[in-house]
Amino acid sequence: MSPSTPGAPASPAGPRTSPPANALFEYVLRLGDDRLVLGHRMAEWCGHGPILEEDIALSNIALDLTGQAAALLALAGEIEGAGRSEDALAYFRDETAFRNALITELPTGDFGFTIVRQFFFDAYSLLLWDVIAKGGHAKLAALAAKSLKEDTYHLRHSSEWVRKLGDGTPESHARAQAAVDALWRFTGELFERDAIDDAAAAAGVAVDHAALAAQWRELVEGVLREATLVVPAAPGAMVTGGRRGRHTEHLGHLLAEMQIVARSHPGASW
Amino acid sequence: MTDSQWPLWEVFTQGATGEPFEHAGSVHAADAEQALQNARDVYARRGEAVNLWVVPSTAIVASAPSDAGPFFEPGNDKAYRHPQFYKVPKGVKVF
Amino acid sequence: MTPTSAAPTAEDARVAAFEARIAAGESIEPKDWMPERYRKQLIRMMSQHAHSEVVGMLPEGNWITRAPSLRRKMSLIAKVQDEGGHGLYIYCGAETLGVDRHDLVEQLLNGTAKYSSIFNYPTLSWADMGVIGWLVDGAAIVNQTILAKTSYGPYARAMIRICKEENFHKRQGYEIVTTLARGTPAQRAMVQDAVNRFWWPSLMMFGPSDTDSPNSGELLRWKVKRKTNDELRQRFVNLTIPQVQAVELTVPDPDLHYDATSGNWEFGAIDWTEFNQVIRGNGPCNKERLDARRAAHEDGQWVREAATAYAEKHASRATEAA
Repeated sequence: MSPSTPGAPASPAGPRTSPPANALFEYVLRLGDDRLVLGHRMAEWCGHGPILEEDIALSNIALDLTGQAAALLALAGEIEGAGRSEDALAYFRDETAFRNALITELPTGDFGFTIVRQFFFDAYSLLLWDVIAKGGHAKLAALAAKSLKEDTYHLRHSSEWVRKLGDGTPESHARAQAAVDALWRFTGELFERDAIDDAAAAAGVAVDHAALAAQWRELVEGVLREATLVVPAAPGAMVTGGRRGRHTEHLGHLLAEMQIVARSHPGASW
Repeated sequence: MTDSQWPLWEVFTQGATGEPFEHAGSVHAADAEQALQNARDVYARRGEAVNLWVVPSTAIVASAPSDAGPFFEPGNDKAYRHPQFYKVPKGVKVF
Repeated sequence: MTPTSAAPTAEDARVAAFEARIAAGESIEPKDWMPERYRKQLIRMMSQHAHSEVVGMLPEGNWITRAPSLRRKMSLIAKVQDEGGHGLYIYCGAETLGVDRHDLVEQLLNGTAKYSSIFNYPTLSWADMGVIGWLVDGAAIVNQTILAKTSYGPYARAMIRICKEENFHKRQGYEIVTTLARGTPAQRAMVQDAVNRFWWPSLMMFGPSDTDSPNSGELLRWKVKRKTNDELRQRFVNLTIPQVQAVELTVPDPDLHYDATSGNWEFGAIDWTEFNQVIRGNGPCNKERLDARRAAHEDGQWVREAATAYAEKHASRATEAA
C-alpha cells in the first residue's frame, strides 16, 4: 500500500491484478480445479448415458478425473501449508477462488458437446502431463505419470467418438460440428501463459505453452479431419478468465449444488 | 435407420500374463474398437485383466447338447491318457 | 391343456429328463433343451432384475453431484456405475435365452416390464446414500447370494460376478450410516429419518409373502429360486437388526421382537397395499424414473445410430479396399 497524502480523500485505486502469494499453489490449484469441475460435469451423465456400455465408460472418466482432482488438491493444500485438505479446497471456496479453465465448467449439453469438450481437454491434458511427468517437481511428476495413463485411454475413447459422430449420420455430423464451433473459442485459454506459469517454471514445472498449443492443434485437427469435421477459423477473440477467477455464470450454479451438503454442516465429517 | 442396442460381442479376459483367456461375459458394440473399449470399461474396472479378446457372438460355433454323448463320452474311458494308468516302482519319487 | 390320462408324449419325456437334470443339481446352459415355461420365467425374472439395476442407478445418481466429500463422491459414482454393469451382465445373460436387449429395453420403457419397487421411492437426503447401500444392497445381497446357485448357468455366473462386486456396496453404505450416526445431532436425525423411510420398502423387496407369490412353486421346483421370499426376508431381518443396534438407531416397527424359540427377529405386518400400489405404478417416483429412462434412451438414439452408421461405412470401405 502506498501512503496516501494526508488530508486527501482515500483513493479507491487498487492494483490491476493481485500478485500471487504462492505461485506453485496457484498452479497446482489450476490443474486440480480443471479436473474437479470437468469430472463433476462428466458425472452428471451417470445413469443417463445413450447406451448402458457408454454410461459405464463415461462414469469411468468421471472417476479418473475426480481422483486426479483429489490428489492434485491434496498436493495444493500441502504446498500452501495452511492446513487445507482437498475437501476444504473443493467444498469451501467460492467461485471467484476457483482456477479452472472456462471450458470445463460449461453445462453438459448433448452427448456431442460432452465428447468434443472431453476430446479437446484430453488432448491438452495428455500433452501437458507428458511434460510435467518429465519435470523437476517430484510429487507433481509422479501424479502426472499416473494421470498420463488414464488420459491416454480417455483420448482413445473421446477421439474414437469424435470420428463416429463426425462421420456417422447427417444428424450426428451436424451436432458434432456445432459442438466444435461452440467450444473452439474456449480452447485458447488452455495455452495462456502468465506470471503463475513463469513461477511454476522456476519451481521445475516448465511448460512451453506455444509448443504445447502447436502439438495440440496438430493432434486435434488430424482427428477432426478424419471425422470429416471442419476446423473453425480462428475466432475474433478467445474467451478467458477462469485462471484468474473470472468465470462464466455456470460455475456458480455448479458449485451451489456441489457444496450444498458440505456447507450446510460446517465441521461435520462424512 | 432403425434404432438398436448394437451387435453382441463375447469378451474373454486374461487375468495375468501366461494365464488362459476366460469368458467374462458380453458387451454390445457397433464395431471392434468399440467392443474392446466397452469390454475394458465393463470387465476390467477392477484390474481383472491384462489382455482382452472380443469376438462377435455370431462367430462363436458351439457344440450342441445332442453332441454331448458322441463328442465327450468317448474321452471318459481312455485311462491310458492319464499318468495314473502307468506303474512306477515303489520308492521312485521323480514322478 | 392335455388330458392327464393321455399316454406320455415326447414332450413329457423331455420335461422329465430336464427335471431329472435339475434334481441332480446340473446347470442348464443356453443351448440345452428347456421347457418353454422355464425359458419364459427366466426371461421375466432376469429382465426384471436387469431393469431394477438400471432404474436403481437413478435414486443414487440423484446425489452424485451433491456428495459431501471427494472420497464419498468417488465411491458413489463407482457404486452407481457398478449397478449399470450389473444390469448389463444380467441383460446379456437373458439374451442367451434368445431375446434381444432392444426388446427388453422397450418393455421397460413402455411400462410392460416390472422392476424392483424400492427404486420408486425418492432419495431425500445424503443419509439415503448410506441407508440404501446398507439396507437395499443388503437385501439384494441376501437375494443374490442364493441366486448364484440358480439352475440356469448364465444367470448363476452373472450373479457370482455381481456378488463379488457388491461386497463393497453394503460396506460403503454402512460406513456412511455409522459416520452419520456418530456425527452431529443433525446428521444423526438425518440418518434415522432415512432408516424410517427405507425400512419397510426394503422388506418389501423380497416380494409378496409365500402365501401370495404366484410363481414361487414352479421356480423353486426348477431351482431357479432356491429359497422362498419369506425365508429370505426373515434372514435379512435377522442379519440387519444387530447392525441397527450397533449404531444405536431404531427401525419403525413397534412389533419387532426377538423370538428365542425360533431364533428370529419377528417383525410386524407389512403393508401390502402400499407394495401393490407401487408395483402398479402409483409409487412416489414411478413416473420420474421411467421418464428419466425414456429421456436417456430417446436422447441417445442419434448417438447409437451414428455408431452404427460409422461401423457400416467403415466395414464396406474395408471390403472395397481388400
